[in-house]
Amino acid sequence: MTKRIPKHKIMDADGIRRAINRISHEIVEKNKGTENLVLIGIRTRGVPLAERIQARILDFENVKLPLGLLDITLYRDDLSMIDVQPVIHETKVPFSIEGKTVILVDDVLYTGRTVRAALDALIDLGRPQKIQLAVLIDRGHRELPIRADYVGKNIPTSSREIISVCLSEIDNSEEVLLLE
Amino acid sequence: MRWRHKDLLDLDNLSAQEIELVLQSALSMKEVLFRPIKKLPTLRGKSIALMFYENSTRTRTSFETAAKILGADVTNFSVAQSSVNKGESLLDTAKTLQAMNIDLVIIRHACSGASEFLAKQLKAGVINGGDGQHAHPTQALLDFFTMKERWGEFKGKKVLIVGDILHSRVAHSNALGLKKLGAEVVLIGPPTLLPPEMSYLGVKTSYDLDSELPGADAVMALRLQLERQQSGLFPSLREYNRLYGLTREKIAKTGKDTIILHPGPLNRGVEISSDLADSVQSVIEEQVTNGVAVRMALIYLLIGGTSNVMA
Repeated sequence: MTKRIPKHKIMDADGIRRAINRISHEIVEKNKGTENLVLIGIRTRGVPLAERIQARILDFENVKLPLGLLDITLYRDDLSMIDVQPVIHETKVPFSIEGKTVILVDDVLYTGRTVRAALDALIDLGRPQKIQLAVLIDRGHRELPIRADYVGKNIPTSSREIISVCLSEIDNSEEVLLLE
Repeated sequence: MRWRHKDLLDLDNLSAQEIELVLQSALSMKEVLFRPIKKLPTLRGKSIALMFYENSTRTRTSFETAAKILGADVTNFSVAQSSVNKGESLLDTAKTLQAMNIDLVIIRHACSGASEFLAKQLKAGVINGGDGQHAHPTQALLDFFTMKERWGEFKGKKVLIVGDILHSRVAHSNALGLKKLGAEVVLIGPPTLLPPEMSYLGVKTSYDLDSELPGADAVMALRLQLERQQSGLFPSLREYNRLYGLTREKIAKTGKDTIILHPGPLNRGVEISSDLADSVQSVIEEQVTNGVAVRMALIYLLIGGTSNVMA
Protein backbone atom coordinates (compact mmCIF):
# COMPACT_ATOMS: atom_id res chain seq x y z
CA MET A 1 0.00 0.00 0.00
CA THR A 2 1.14 3.53 -0.67
CA LYS A 3 2.09 5.52 2.36
CA ARG A 4 -0.69 7.82 3.50
CA ILE A 5 -0.03 11.19 5.01
CA PRO A 6 -1.87 12.04 8.25
CA LYS A 7 -3.99 15.13 7.62
CA HIS A 8 -5.17 15.70 11.11
CA LYS A 9 -6.10 14.05 14.35
CA ILE A 10 -9.84 13.62 14.81
CA MET A 11 -9.78 12.13 18.29
CA ASP A 12 -7.15 11.64 20.95
CA ALA A 13 -7.16 9.10 23.78
CA ASP A 14 -9.40 11.27 25.95
CA GLY A 15 -11.82 11.83 23.09
CA ILE A 16 -12.10 8.08 22.47
CA ARG A 17 -12.61 7.41 26.16
CA ARG A 18 -15.39 10.00 26.44
CA ALA A 19 -17.12 8.72 23.30
CA ILE A 20 -17.08 5.15 24.63
CA ASN A 21 -18.40 6.38 27.98
CA ARG A 22 -21.27 8.19 26.32
CA ILE A 23 -22.12 5.26 24.02
CA SER A 24 -22.14 2.89 27.02
CA HIS A 25 -24.60 5.14 28.85
CA GLU A 26 -26.75 5.55 25.76
CA ILE A 27 -26.96 1.78 25.28
CA VAL A 28 -28.24 1.28 28.83
CA GLU A 29 -30.58 4.27 28.59
CA LYS A 30 -32.08 3.33 25.26
CA ASN A 31 -32.67 -0.27 26.31
CA LYS A 32 -33.94 0.72 29.76
CA GLY A 33 -31.33 -1.33 31.57
CA THR A 34 -29.06 -4.20 30.67
CA GLU A 35 -31.50 -7.07 30.60
CA ASN A 36 -31.21 -9.25 27.50
CA LEU A 37 -28.26 -7.24 26.14
CA VAL A 38 -25.24 -8.89 24.56
CA LEU A 39 -22.22 -7.27 22.92
CA ILE A 40 -20.66 -8.49 19.71
CA GLY A 41 -17.51 -6.90 18.35
CA ILE A 42 -16.67 -7.11 14.66
CA ARG A 43 -13.07 -8.15 14.14
CA THR A 44 -10.62 -6.57 14.32
CA ARG A 45 -11.11 -3.20 16.01
CA GLY A 46 -14.72 -3.67 17.00
CA VAL A 47 -13.52 -6.23 19.54
CA PRO A 48 -11.52 -3.96 21.89
CA LEU A 49 -14.26 -1.33 21.59
CA ALA A 50 -16.87 -3.88 22.64
CA GLU A 51 -14.61 -4.93 25.54
CA ARG A 52 -14.38 -1.31 26.68
CA ILE A 53 -18.14 -0.87 26.52
CA GLN A 54 -18.48 -4.07 28.54
CA ALA A 55 -16.08 -2.69 31.17
CA ARG A 56 -17.88 0.71 31.34
CA ILE A 57 -21.29 -0.87 31.78
CA LEU A 58 -19.83 -3.15 34.45
CA ASP A 59 -18.55 0.00 36.22
CA PHE A 60 -21.80 1.86 36.45
CA GLU A 61 -24.46 -0.86 36.25
CA ASN A 62 -22.54 -3.66 37.95
CA VAL A 63 -23.54 -6.08 35.19
CA LYS A 64 -21.11 -7.90 32.96
CA LEU A 65 -22.68 -8.31 29.53
CA PRO A 66 -21.81 -11.40 27.48
CA LEU A 67 -19.27 -10.56 24.79
CA GLY A 68 -18.74 -12.26 21.43
CA LEU A 69 -16.37 -11.79 18.50
CA LEU A 70 -17.49 -11.92 14.91
CA ASP A 71 -15.31 -12.50 11.86
CA ILE A 72 -17.24 -11.49 8.76
CA THR A 73 -14.78 -12.61 6.08
CA LEU A 74 -16.88 -15.56 4.98
CA TYR A 75 -19.86 -13.24 4.47
CA ARG A 76 -18.15 -10.53 2.42
CA ASP A 77 -19.72 -9.63 -0.91
CA ASP A 78 -16.43 -8.64 -2.48
CA LEU A 79 -14.37 -11.81 -2.04
CA SER A 80 -14.12 -12.33 -5.78
CA MET A 81 -13.07 -8.70 -6.33
CA ILE A 82 -10.34 -8.06 -3.79
CA ASP A 83 -6.81 -8.79 -4.72
CA VAL A 84 -5.40 -10.19 -1.52
CA GLN A 85 -7.52 -12.94 -0.04
CA PRO A 86 -8.30 -12.11 3.56
CA VAL A 87 -7.25 -14.55 6.25
CA ILE A 88 -10.25 -15.85 8.12
CA HIS A 89 -10.29 -15.62 11.88
CA GLU A 90 -12.40 -17.40 14.39
CA THR A 91 -15.90 -16.31 15.27
CA LYS A 92 -16.44 -16.77 19.00
CA VAL A 93 -19.94 -16.28 20.29
CA PRO A 94 -20.05 -18.59 23.33
CA PHE A 95 -23.73 -17.93 24.12
CA SER A 96 -27.05 -18.08 22.32
CA ILE A 97 -28.21 -14.86 20.69
CA GLU A 98 -31.73 -16.24 20.34
CA GLY A 99 -34.19 -13.58 21.54
CA LYS A 100 -31.40 -11.22 22.70
CA THR A 101 -30.79 -7.57 21.94
CA VAL A 102 -27.45 -7.64 20.20
CA ILE A 103 -25.25 -4.55 20.26
CA LEU A 104 -22.99 -4.87 17.25
CA VAL A 105 -19.77 -2.86 17.68
CA ASP A 106 -17.36 -1.67 14.99
CA ASP A 107 -14.80 1.08 14.66
CA VAL A 108 -15.82 2.85 11.44
CA LEU A 109 -19.14 2.90 9.58
CA TYR A 110 -18.53 3.70 5.92
CA THR A 111 -20.27 1.95 3.00
CA GLY A 112 -22.30 -0.28 5.31
CA ARG A 113 -21.11 -3.45 3.60
CA THR A 114 -19.27 -4.76 6.64
CA VAL A 115 -22.40 -4.30 8.71
CA ARG A 116 -24.50 -6.02 6.05
CA ALA A 117 -22.11 -9.00 6.21
CA ALA A 118 -22.19 -8.93 10.01
CA LEU A 119 -25.99 -8.98 10.02
CA ASP A 120 -25.99 -12.05 7.79
CA ALA A 121 -23.38 -13.72 9.98
CA LEU A 122 -25.36 -12.95 13.14
CA ILE A 123 -28.61 -14.26 11.78
CA ASP A 124 -26.88 -17.54 10.92
CA LEU A 125 -26.10 -17.89 14.63
CA GLY A 126 -29.70 -17.55 15.73
CA ARG A 127 -32.62 -15.12 15.77
CA PRO A 128 -31.94 -12.12 17.96
CA GLN A 129 -34.87 -10.00 19.02
CA LYS A 130 -33.13 -6.78 18.00
CA ILE A 131 -29.80 -5.76 16.59
CA GLN A 132 -28.40 -2.31 17.32
CA LEU A 133 -25.21 -0.84 15.90
CA ALA A 134 -22.56 1.11 17.79
CA VAL A 135 -19.60 2.68 15.96
CA LEU A 136 -16.80 4.96 17.05
CA ILE A 137 -16.76 6.90 13.75
CA ASP A 138 -19.46 7.41 11.14
CA ARG A 139 -17.82 8.82 8.04
CA GLY A 140 -20.79 8.77 5.65
CA HIS A 141 -20.81 7.47 2.04
CA ARG A 142 -23.30 4.69 2.67
CA GLU A 143 -23.95 2.28 -0.20
CA LEU A 144 -26.66 0.37 1.66
CA PRO A 145 -29.65 1.48 3.76
CA ILE A 146 -27.88 1.03 7.09
CA ARG A 147 -27.48 3.47 10.00
CA ALA A 148 -25.89 3.37 13.44
CA ASP A 149 -27.84 3.58 16.70
CA TYR A 150 -24.85 4.90 18.66
CA VAL A 151 -22.11 7.04 17.14
CA GLY A 152 -18.93 8.28 18.80
CA LYS A 153 -18.34 10.99 16.24
CA ASN A 154 -19.70 11.91 12.81
CA ILE A 155 -16.91 12.89 10.42
CA PRO A 156 -17.80 14.17 6.96
CA THR A 157 -15.09 12.79 4.67
CA SER A 158 -14.29 12.62 1.00
CA SER A 159 -14.02 9.11 -0.35
CA ARG A 160 -10.33 9.71 -1.14
CA GLU A 161 -9.60 10.08 2.53
CA ILE A 162 -9.03 7.25 4.97
CA ILE A 163 -9.99 7.07 8.61
CA SER A 164 -7.44 5.25 10.73
CA VAL A 165 -8.57 4.13 14.17
CA CYS A 166 -5.68 3.16 16.43
CA LEU A 167 -6.47 1.39 19.69
CA SER A 168 -3.87 0.58 22.31
CA GLU A 169 -4.92 -3.11 22.48
CA ILE A 170 -3.95 -3.63 18.83
CA ASP A 171 -1.89 -0.65 17.69
CA ASN A 172 0.88 1.26 19.37
CA SER A 173 -1.23 4.35 19.88
CA GLU A 174 -4.64 5.53 20.89
CA GLU A 175 -6.09 8.00 18.40
CA VAL A 176 -8.26 8.49 15.32
CA LEU A 177 -6.52 10.01 12.30
CA LEU A 178 -7.72 11.32 8.98
CA LEU A 179 -5.28 10.28 6.26
CA GLU A 180 -5.04 11.43 2.69
CA MET B 1 0.41 -14.25 4.24
CA ARG B 2 -1.06 -14.89 0.85
CA TRP B 3 -2.11 -18.22 -0.64
CA ARG B 4 -0.62 -18.57 -4.09
CA HIS B 5 -1.49 -22.06 -5.23
CA LYS B 6 -4.03 -23.02 -7.85
CA ASP B 7 -3.99 -26.64 -6.74
CA LEU B 8 -3.24 -28.83 -3.76
CA LEU B 9 -1.51 -31.95 -5.02
CA ASP B 10 0.91 -32.82 -2.23
CA LEU B 11 2.56 -31.15 0.71
CA ASP B 12 6.04 -30.97 -0.83
CA ASN B 13 5.48 -27.53 -2.34
CA LEU B 14 3.82 -26.02 0.73
CA SER B 15 5.93 -24.15 3.25
CA ALA B 16 5.49 -24.62 7.00
CA GLN B 17 3.81 -21.18 7.09
CA GLU B 18 1.35 -22.18 4.39
CA ILE B 19 0.48 -25.34 6.29
CA GLU B 20 -0.05 -23.21 9.41
CA LEU B 21 -2.32 -20.90 7.40
CA VAL B 22 -4.47 -23.88 6.42
CA LEU B 23 -4.64 -25.03 10.05
CA GLN B 24 -5.50 -21.55 11.29
CA SER B 25 -8.25 -21.16 8.69
CA ALA B 26 -9.57 -24.61 9.58
CA LEU B 27 -9.94 -23.55 13.21
CA SER B 28 -12.32 -20.79 12.12
CA MET B 29 -14.19 -23.22 9.89
CA LYS B 30 -14.59 -25.71 12.72
CA GLU B 31 -16.68 -23.20 14.70
CA VAL B 32 -19.21 -23.21 11.84
CA LEU B 33 -19.68 -27.00 12.16
CA PHE B 34 -21.19 -26.58 15.60
CA ARG B 35 -23.69 -23.88 14.69
CA PRO B 36 -27.40 -24.55 14.50
CA ILE B 37 -27.33 -23.40 10.88
CA LYS B 38 -24.30 -24.94 9.20
CA LYS B 39 -24.36 -22.90 6.03
CA LEU B 40 -22.24 -20.06 4.71
CA PRO B 41 -22.79 -17.88 1.64
CA THR B 42 -19.06 -17.65 0.93
CA LEU B 43 -18.86 -19.78 -2.22
CA ARG B 44 -22.30 -19.13 -3.61
CA GLY B 45 -22.26 -19.69 -7.34
CA LYS B 46 -19.02 -21.66 -7.36
CA SER B 47 -19.14 -25.20 -8.62
CA ILE B 48 -17.07 -28.13 -7.50
CA ALA B 49 -16.83 -31.53 -9.17
CA LEU B 50 -15.94 -34.65 -7.22
CA MET B 51 -14.26 -37.24 -9.42
CA PHE B 52 -13.66 -40.38 -7.41
CA TYR B 53 -12.18 -43.20 -9.45
CA GLU B 54 -11.53 -45.24 -6.31
CA ASN B 55 -13.87 -46.25 -3.53
CA SER B 56 -14.23 -43.81 -0.72
CA THR B 57 -16.80 -42.99 1.89
CA ARG B 58 -15.27 -40.57 4.32
CA THR B 59 -13.08 -38.54 2.01
CA ARG B 60 -15.80 -38.05 -0.59
CA THR B 61 -18.56 -37.22 1.89
CA SER B 62 -16.16 -35.01 3.83
CA PHE B 63 -15.35 -32.96 0.72
CA GLU B 64 -18.98 -32.85 -0.28
CA THR B 65 -20.07 -31.68 3.18
CA ALA B 66 -17.30 -29.08 3.28
CA ALA B 67 -18.23 -27.69 -0.13
CA LYS B 68 -21.92 -27.55 0.68
CA ILE B 69 -21.44 -25.79 4.02
CA LEU B 70 -19.44 -23.14 2.17
CA GLY B 71 -22.37 -22.69 -0.19
CA ALA B 72 -20.80 -24.16 -3.33
CA ASP B 73 -22.66 -26.43 -5.73
CA VAL B 74 -21.33 -29.96 -5.88
CA THR B 75 -21.45 -32.29 -8.83
CA ASN B 76 -20.81 -35.88 -7.92
CA PHE B 77 -19.26 -37.66 -10.74
CA SER B 78 -19.64 -41.31 -10.00
CA VAL B 79 -17.44 -43.46 -12.12
CA ALA B 80 -19.76 -46.43 -12.24
CA GLN B 81 -22.48 -44.48 -14.06
CA SER B 82 -20.27 -42.28 -16.17
CA SER B 83 -18.73 -42.30 -19.62
CA VAL B 84 -15.57 -43.71 -18.09
CA ASN B 85 -17.25 -47.04 -18.60
CA LYS B 86 -17.49 -46.17 -22.27
CA GLY B 87 -13.73 -45.72 -22.38
CA GLU B 88 -13.47 -41.94 -21.97
CA SER B 89 -9.98 -40.87 -20.94
CA LEU B 90 -9.28 -38.91 -17.78
CA LEU B 91 -8.29 -35.89 -19.85
CA ASP B 92 -11.46 -35.94 -21.94
CA THR B 93 -13.61 -36.26 -18.85
CA ALA B 94 -11.76 -33.34 -17.29
CA LYS B 95 -12.15 -31.22 -20.42
CA THR B 96 -15.86 -31.86 -20.35
CA LEU B 97 -15.99 -30.56 -16.78
CA GLN B 98 -13.91 -27.56 -17.77
CA ALA B 99 -16.35 -26.76 -20.56
CA MET B 100 -19.02 -26.60 -17.87
CA ASN B 101 -16.99 -23.92 -16.06
CA ILE B 102 -16.31 -25.94 -12.95
CA ASP B 103 -14.20 -23.95 -10.49
CA LEU B 104 -12.58 -26.79 -8.60
CA VAL B 105 -12.05 -30.48 -9.26
CA ILE B 106 -11.42 -32.92 -6.44
CA ILE B 107 -10.01 -36.17 -7.70
CA ARG B 108 -9.15 -39.54 -6.28
CA HIS B 109 -7.46 -41.96 -8.61
CA ALA B 110 -5.57 -45.23 -8.36
CA CYS B 111 -2.72 -43.88 -10.48
CA SER B 112 -0.03 -41.85 -8.73
CA GLY B 113 0.24 -38.49 -10.49
CA ALA B 114 -3.33 -38.42 -11.83
CA SER B 115 -4.13 -35.19 -9.99
CA GLU B 116 -0.98 -33.51 -11.18
CA PHE B 117 -1.75 -34.48 -14.76
CA LEU B 118 -5.20 -32.96 -14.38
CA ALA B 119 -3.88 -29.80 -12.71
CA LYS B 120 -1.58 -29.13 -15.65
CA GLN B 121 -4.42 -29.44 -18.12
CA LEU B 122 -7.15 -27.53 -16.34
CA LYS B 123 -7.70 -23.86 -15.59
CA ALA B 124 -9.79 -24.95 -12.64
CA GLY B 125 -8.15 -25.70 -9.32
CA VAL B 126 -7.45 -29.32 -8.44
CA ILE B 127 -7.35 -30.96 -5.03
CA ASN B 128 -5.77 -34.37 -4.73
CA GLY B 129 -8.12 -36.59 -2.76
CA GLY B 130 -5.58 -39.41 -2.88
CA ASP B 131 -3.63 -40.66 -5.88
CA GLY B 132 -2.27 -44.20 -5.96
CA GLN B 133 0.59 -44.65 -3.53
CA HIS B 134 1.71 -41.06 -3.95
CA ALA B 135 -0.06 -38.55 -1.73
CA HIS B 136 -3.16 -37.76 0.29
CA PRO B 137 -2.53 -34.19 1.40
CA THR B 138 -5.94 -33.40 2.91
CA GLN B 139 -5.74 -36.45 5.17
CA ALA B 140 -2.30 -35.35 6.36
CA LEU B 141 -3.52 -31.80 6.98
CA LEU B 142 -6.46 -33.01 9.05
CA ASP B 143 -4.05 -35.18 11.05
CA PHE B 144 -1.89 -32.11 11.71
CA PHE B 145 -4.94 -30.11 12.72
CA THR B 146 -5.95 -32.84 15.18
CA MET B 147 -2.45 -32.91 16.66
CA LYS B 148 -2.18 -29.13 16.83
CA GLU B 149 -5.47 -28.89 18.69
CA ARG B 150 -4.00 -31.19 21.33
CA TRP B 151 -0.46 -29.89 21.46
CA GLY B 152 -0.42 -26.30 20.27
CA GLU B 153 2.83 -26.86 18.42
CA PHE B 154 4.86 -29.59 16.76
CA LYS B 155 8.37 -28.88 17.97
CA GLY B 156 9.73 -31.68 20.15
CA LYS B 157 6.80 -34.04 19.46
CA LYS B 158 7.39 -37.62 18.40
CA VAL B 159 4.98 -39.22 15.94
CA LEU B 160 5.06 -42.92 15.01
CA ILE B 161 3.42 -44.02 11.79
CA VAL B 162 2.92 -47.77 11.89
CA GLY B 163 1.98 -50.32 9.27
CA ASP B 164 1.95 -50.62 5.52
CA ILE B 165 4.21 -47.67 4.73
CA LEU B 166 4.94 -48.91 1.22
CA HIS B 167 1.39 -48.59 -0.08
CA SER B 168 0.36 -45.67 2.11
CA ARG B 169 -0.11 -42.25 0.55
CA VAL B 170 -1.24 -41.10 4.00
CA ALA B 171 2.15 -42.00 5.49
CA HIS B 172 4.01 -40.23 2.70
CA SER B 173 2.10 -36.97 3.03
CA ASN B 174 2.22 -37.08 6.82
CA ALA B 175 5.97 -37.67 6.92
CA LEU B 176 6.61 -34.81 4.49
CA GLY B 177 4.44 -32.33 6.37
CA LEU B 178 5.38 -33.27 9.93
CA LYS B 179 9.03 -32.89 9.07
CA LYS B 180 8.36 -29.36 7.82
CA LEU B 181 6.41 -28.54 10.95
CA GLY B 182 9.30 -29.64 13.14
CA ALA B 183 8.01 -32.90 14.62
CA GLU B 184 10.08 -36.06 14.85
CA VAL B 185 8.62 -38.81 12.66
CA VAL B 186 9.39 -42.51 12.74
CA LEU B 187 7.99 -44.83 10.07
CA ILE B 188 7.54 -48.36 11.37
CA GLY B 189 6.57 -51.55 9.57
CA PRO B 190 7.76 -54.98 8.49
CA PRO B 191 10.72 -54.89 6.08
CA THR B 192 8.59 -55.95 3.13
CA LEU B 193 6.26 -52.99 3.67
CA LEU B 194 9.02 -50.53 4.58
CA PRO B 195 11.65 -50.76 1.83
CA PRO B 196 14.93 -48.85 2.24
CA GLU B 197 13.85 -46.41 -0.52
CA MET B 198 11.55 -44.80 2.03
CA SER B 199 14.60 -43.01 3.38
CA TYR B 200 14.04 -40.46 0.58
CA LEU B 201 11.43 -38.92 2.87
CA GLY B 202 14.25 -37.98 5.20
CA VAL B 203 12.73 -39.43 8.35
CA LYS B 204 13.76 -42.29 10.59
CA THR B 205 12.52 -45.80 9.78
CA SER B 206 12.38 -48.83 12.02
CA TYR B 207 11.16 -52.44 11.96
CA ASP B 208 10.72 -52.58 15.71
CA LEU B 209 7.61 -50.94 17.15
CA ASP B 210 8.32 -51.75 20.80
CA SER B 211 11.67 -49.96 20.89
CA GLU B 212 10.18 -46.78 19.39
CA LEU B 213 7.14 -46.54 21.64
CA PRO B 214 8.72 -44.82 24.69
CA GLY B 215 8.17 -41.08 24.46
CA ALA B 216 5.79 -41.14 21.50
CA ASP B 217 3.22 -38.32 21.60
CA ALA B 218 1.10 -39.72 18.77
CA VAL B 219 0.85 -43.11 17.15
CA MET B 220 -0.86 -43.40 13.81
CA ALA B 221 -2.01 -46.81 12.67
CA LEU B 222 -2.34 -47.28 8.95
CA ARG B 223 -4.97 -49.47 7.40
CA LEU B 224 -3.50 -52.74 6.29
CA GLN B 225 -4.62 -52.65 2.68
CA LEU B 226 -5.80 -56.23 2.49
CA GLU B 227 -6.72 -55.78 -1.17
CA ARG B 228 -3.07 -55.10 -1.95
CA GLN B 229 -1.66 -58.00 0.06
CA GLN B 230 -2.16 -60.86 -2.37
CA SER B 231 1.53 -61.19 -3.10
CA GLY B 232 2.53 -62.50 0.34
CA LEU B 233 4.34 -59.46 1.73
CA PHE B 234 4.05 -60.86 5.26
CA PRO B 235 3.54 -64.39 6.56
CA SER B 236 0.19 -64.08 8.31
CA LEU B 237 -2.29 -61.57 9.63
CA ARG B 238 -1.76 -63.00 13.09
CA GLU B 239 1.93 -62.40 13.03
CA TYR B 240 1.41 -58.90 11.64
CA ASN B 241 -1.04 -58.17 14.41
CA ARG B 242 1.33 -59.43 17.07
CA LEU B 243 4.26 -57.31 15.88
CA TYR B 244 2.59 -54.17 14.55
CA GLY B 245 -0.99 -54.21 15.75
CA LEU B 246 -1.68 -51.41 18.26
CA THR B 247 -3.15 -52.43 21.61
CA ARG B 248 -3.66 -50.69 24.93
CA GLU B 249 -0.80 -52.68 26.44
CA LYS B 250 1.63 -51.57 23.76
CA ILE B 251 0.53 -47.93 23.90
CA ALA B 252 1.04 -47.93 27.68
CA LYS B 253 4.77 -48.25 26.95
CA THR B 254 4.93 -44.68 25.63
CA GLY B 255 4.72 -43.38 29.19
CA LYS B 256 2.73 -40.41 27.91
CA ASP B 257 -0.81 -39.28 27.14
CA THR B 258 -0.36 -40.55 23.64
CA ILE B 259 -3.05 -39.89 21.05
CA ILE B 260 -4.02 -42.60 18.58
CA LEU B 261 -4.83 -41.71 15.00
CA HIS B 262 -6.10 -43.80 12.12
CA PRO B 263 -7.11 -42.57 8.67
CA GLY B 264 -9.89 -45.15 8.44
CA PRO B 265 -11.52 -47.38 7.53
CA LEU B 266 -10.46 -49.59 10.44
CA ASN B 267 -9.56 -53.25 10.30
CA ARG B 268 -10.39 -53.88 13.93
CA GLY B 269 -8.22 -56.58 15.45
CA VAL B 270 -5.61 -56.25 12.68
CA GLU B 271 -3.72 -52.96 12.84
CA ILE B 272 -5.61 -51.68 15.89
CA SER B 273 -7.45 -53.45 18.69
CA SER B 274 -11.09 -52.61 19.15
CA ASP B 275 -10.74 -51.39 22.72
CA LEU B 276 -7.92 -49.03 21.78
CA ALA B 277 -9.87 -47.65 18.83
CA ASP B 278 -12.75 -46.83 21.16
CA SER B 279 -10.62 -45.60 24.07
CA VAL B 280 -10.28 -42.02 25.30
CA GLN B 281 -6.85 -41.82 23.73
CA SER B 282 -8.30 -42.43 20.30
CA VAL B 283 -8.96 -39.28 18.26
CA ILE B 284 -10.28 -41.19 15.26
CA GLU B 285 -13.72 -39.59 15.36
CA GLU B 286 -12.27 -36.13 15.91
CA GLN B 287 -10.19 -36.71 12.81
CA VAL B 288 -13.39 -37.10 10.81
CA THR B 289 -14.90 -33.86 12.18
CA ASN B 290 -11.64 -32.02 11.66
CA GLY B 291 -11.48 -33.37 8.12
CA VAL B 292 -14.54 -31.34 7.17
CA ALA B 293 -13.08 -28.17 8.73
CA VAL B 294 -9.71 -28.63 7.03
CA ARG B 295 -11.30 -29.29 3.65
CA MET B 296 -13.48 -26.20 4.05
CA ALA B 297 -10.35 -24.17 4.70
CA LEU B 298 -8.62 -25.58 1.63
CA ILE B 299 -11.56 -25.06 -0.67
CA TYR B 300 -11.87 -21.49 0.61
CA LEU B 301 -8.17 -20.84 0.12
CA LEU B 302 -8.21 -22.27 -3.41
CA ILE B 303 -11.37 -20.70 -4.82
CA GLY B 304 -12.67 -18.32 -2.16
CA GLY B 305 -10.75 -15.28 -3.30
CA THR B 306 -10.15 -13.93 -6.74
CA SER B 307 -10.72 -16.26 -9.64
CA ASN B 308 -8.07 -18.90 -10.16
CA VAL B 309 -5.02 -17.48 -11.75
CA MET B 310 -2.99 -19.76 -13.96
CA ALA B 311 0.58 -19.76 -12.67
